[in-house]
Amino acid sequence: MELLGLFHYWVFAVLLMIGFYAVVAKVNLVKKLIGLSLFQAAVFLLYITMGKVSGGTAPIFQAGMTDALFSNPLPQVLILTAIVVGISTTALGLGIVVRIKEEYGTIEEHEIQEIDRR
Amino acid sequence: MTVVFGIFLLTLLVITAVAVVRTRNLFVAVMLLGIFSLLIAANFLLLDAADVALTEAAVGAGISTVLFLGALALTSETEHAATPHRWLSLIVVVSATLVVLYATFDKPTFGDPEAPIQQHVAPWYLEKTPEYIDVPNVVTAVLASFRGYDTLGEVFVVFTAGIGVLFLFSAPHGHAARRRPGARDGSSIGLRDDLIPRVVGRLLVPFILLFGLYVQFHGDYGPGGGFQAGALVAAAFILYALVEGEDRTLQALPFNALLALMVSGALLYGLVGVASIFLGGNFLDYSVLSEDPVAGQHLGILLIEAGVGLTVTGVLLSIFHAFAARDRF
Repeated sequence: MELLGLFHYWVFAVLLMIGFYAVVAKVNLVKKLIGLSLFQAAVFLLYITMGKVSGGTAPIFQAGMTDALFSNPLPQVLILTAIVVGISTTALGLGIVVRIKEEYGTIEEHEIQEIDRR
Repeated sequence: MTVVFGIFLLTLLVITAVAVVRTRNLFVAVMLLGIFSLLIAANFLLLDAADVALTEAAVGAGISTVLFLGALALTSETEHAATPHRWLSLIVVVSATLVVLYATFDKPTFGDPEAPIQQHVAPWYLEKTPEYIDVPNVVTAVLASFRGYDTLGEVFVVFTAGIGVLFLFSAPHGHAARRRPGARDGSSIGLRDDLIPRVVGRLLVPFILLFGLYVQFHGDYGPGGGFQAGALVAAAFILYALVEGEDRTLQALPFNALLALMVSGALLYGLVGVASIFLGGNFLDYSVLSEDPVAGQHLGILLIEAGVGLTVTGVLLSIFHAFAARDRF
């Protein structure tokens, strides 16, 4: 039980680095953006995990609830907006990738560099 | 029981993420990313973040998948190149993972009520929300009122990203984008010939819209608010576009109307702030909007959540249509 207390953080670390691997190792630009989404999701998970209180419940007051224990609302607020901002920036990135494809005819990084060198 | 379920979900999450990165077929990767989003949304629910789970399910599993697929249709579905410097990247990533894992041993145990994060401002928000704002959902109170200034900034980031996508796609097509032989013309878009998706889609759209409105206006009392509602309404229109074709969707909600939605939402939010200055309060201090400070807060939250909902709907749908229109040439 003692060790499981950190399990969420380990999953965060592994997910973060899986996303990071896709960003640094893959040459396909769409795959890089997918990796960035994974990286981002890992950070979301870290924030929400930190806000959880054992035995707590979602921070919404309900009638008849006296001295209930609530989880921390603040990380939830941050992540809620970050998700929507994240999809907007991902869409912007995809837009750039589509334009690159139209100009270069490819979205593989090394082929783009090849064309640029000519 | 919840603990076991949580560990099960987290393990599935890691497996899905590995599969997403390993597969060469980008279509498969995007589909797995949708599953990943659903799993992480379920995790958020287990971690008491109902609002976040709702947003992630609507945005991550719904809209993000559609946008990635739109981009794949315009680029290519497989990544063909082998990965150069694979071992170097693996060494870097594995050592970075070990460093982060080592750092986690300093973290407070999961769910510890004595952790530093629980001691700072959070108790103040939980204690003062009933007094100052008096809405049951503390997340909404913090998002829309206590930290309304941050949310204004985020709405403008979303707005700017939407404008950016429209700018990128307003440029003329490059030489590589010749009309593909199999390119679809407007009449054959959608699933008009497939009976079952069409009937089910048509049945679902009004209910998704209704649920979107519920989430928008019930956000003070339960999980919900402008961000989630905007994503849900956009998802309903995207579903309609996938089933009936993009042209019909643009007839129902023309592109200019979407631009108007984007702009008016952001403007409404800003104007509420300016109005509160003119009524003698601080920027985005809703207490002055009404005789009774608490009623003023309610009015302010209602207005700015409406602004958020309008902008998010407008931006997500304009981005979708921008990708879809690119597909036709």
